Amino acid sequence: MTAERQKHLAVLVAIWGALVFAPYWMPLFGGYTALGSRVLVLGLGAMAVNFLLGFTGVLSFGHAAWFGLGAYACGLTLKFVASSTPLGLVAGTLVGGVAGGLLGALLVRRRGIYFAMVTIAFGQVFYYIAFQWLSVTGGDDGLRGFARQPLDFKLFRIDLLHNDVYFYYFVLVCFALAVGIMAFILRSPFGRTMIAIRENERRARFLGIQIELHIWIAFTLSCFFMAFAGALYALVNNFADPRMLHYSLSGDFIIMAVMGGMRTFWGPLLGAIVFVVLQDYLSSVTVNWMSFIGILIVLIVLFFPRGVLGLLRQRRTA
Amino acid sequence: MLELIFFNVTNGLIIGAFYALMAIGLSLILNLSGVINFAHGGFLVIGGYLAYVLTPYLGFWGALLVAPFLTALIGFAVERLLIRRIYGRDPLYGLLLTFGLAFIIEDGTRQIWGANGLPVSVPPALMSALSSEFFFITGYRMFMVATVAVVVALLFVLLRYTRFGVRIRAGTLDLETVAALGVNVRALRSLNFAVGIFLAGLAGVLAGGQLGLEPTMGDGLLMPSFIAIIVGGVGSLTGTLIGGLLIGVASGLTAVVFPSASEAVIYIMMALVLLLRPRGLLGEEGMLT
Repeated sequence: MTAERQKHLAVLVAIWGALVFAPYWMPLFGGYTALGSRVLVLGLGAMAVNFLLGFTGVLSFGHAAWFGLGAYACGLTLKFVASSTPLGLVAGTLVGGVAGGLLGALLVRRRGIYFAMVTIAFGQVFYYIAFQWLSVTGGDDGLRGFARQPLDFKLFRIDLLHNDVYFYYFVLVCFALAVGIMAFILRSPFGRTMIAIRENERRARFLGIQIELHIWIAFTLSCFFMAFAGALYALVNNFADPRMLHYSLSGDFIIMAVMGGMRTFWGPLLGAIVFVVLQDYLSSVTVNWMSFIGILIVLIVLFFPRGVLGLLRQRRTA
Repeated sequence: MLELIFFNVTNGLIIGAFYALMAIGLSLILNLSGVINFAHGGFLVIGGYLAYVLTPYLGFWGALLVAPFLTALIGFAVERLLIRRIYGRDPLYGLLLTFGLAFIIEDGTRQIWGANGLPVSVPPALMSALSSEFFFITGYRMFMVATVAVVVALLFVLLRYTRFGVRIRAGTLDLETVAALGVNVRALRSLNFAVGIFLAGLAGVLAGGQLGLEPTMGDGLLMPSFIAIIVGGVGSLTGTLIGGLLIGVASGLTAVVFPSASEAVIYIMMALVLLLRPRGLLGEEGMLT
């Protein structure tokens, strides 16, 4: 085993160790378990955005739409179809992912800033639907009247609703599953092709790679991950509201990814931890938290465009 | 029925003129700086509130003339201090930077002027209806459309016949060559940004007179402006103008038949344009794609 590999393994052990024992060490720093669940879910969302942004080089500024669709589909399933948590997750993931994939087929020929603009605008369609379709979505007040259900395994059942720690572990298992699939895809030949497209699209095209098809698949996969995160988020809050589809949430996800380091796998999770905790803290101490977040975003763009992990990596190679 | 259609088409044209005013400003900045200005709605809000502050001293007319210039000045400063630092970098950073700016502007206006709506007082002469039959065409609405028409016409004259305008148009096509010909591209971009922000400020004053002021009033106008650009075609200001009017009229007409879809129809139009003519109505192939 080489030193490089050992180090890599040590980092992985540290990350998963910290996540597994989070309910025990977080209270020492004034955190609470529900905040941990929220960080994990939003972190998964940021990693899903980064799957596209950091590893394919495609900027979608409308990804909150798939996140919110997942949340609404999960909530509506729990409310009207069946009171089963796994079913809600599956429904949310499918609805958001399929909708994203269909729209993606319309958009993949666009590139760069134009792609960003079109994704923002299409994302807002779903925001308006959620906002206006009162009878189904509850409009501006949001979708209420559903709650996560206990997991029933014949022999025993796990109460997710009333026990925050059980629920945290449920979210962690879902998170691990999604992140595992993501890592597997990125290591596969397909993932390598994504990176090749990011690095040099023209050269990749000359090599005979079907750029549009690959970008579409990457986009669709990212939408599925996003919708899965959204469905989980509906369970975290037992609530879904139109702001979960708004482009400002897309912006938040991108900021998380950039802040942590968008060319790295774990960066977005780190960014999500910083961003969510900071937002939680600021909004409890000042009414002007928006200004602080805005200033933070401006500073990151101007001075730390590579993010925390990007900076560390640069220092190591230099 | 006919009157209802007439009412809604007129309404749509008025709103469309407004979208166009916003979208042309955005488009100018996008074409020359390659930045999607998320803070455009924020600058609109600044223009509106500046008019509110200036009206007691200068009257409505004075405020209408001065507020957009002050907004443009702020825009100029913002470009010098922040925006120009991200030129030439990935478009992502321009989006994020203006996204953060929009946060700061919204929170700042709320801090200074409060979250509640404020009115911009409009001269009574403009507020009366023009005729009893077409009660919905108030003088102010006509005045808004006329102002937009005059300003857009002036802008097109500026772009067509002045040296500054020619440079902007040339820069849209090939900024590197323009720079190589000895034009100070940095100054050109700053001025162009200020012109775009001037239009946003003007839109803010006009909107304030019609709807009153709120810190979030720019939000609802930003998306239609994006869509006006996409429908009209990136890179073409005429296209943006047509796109703005078109989506205004389309949402006005839809309001006759199916009111709750009047918002959705502009997105459907965008989807159709992307399917049938991806570069937009007047856009050029290969621009910013």
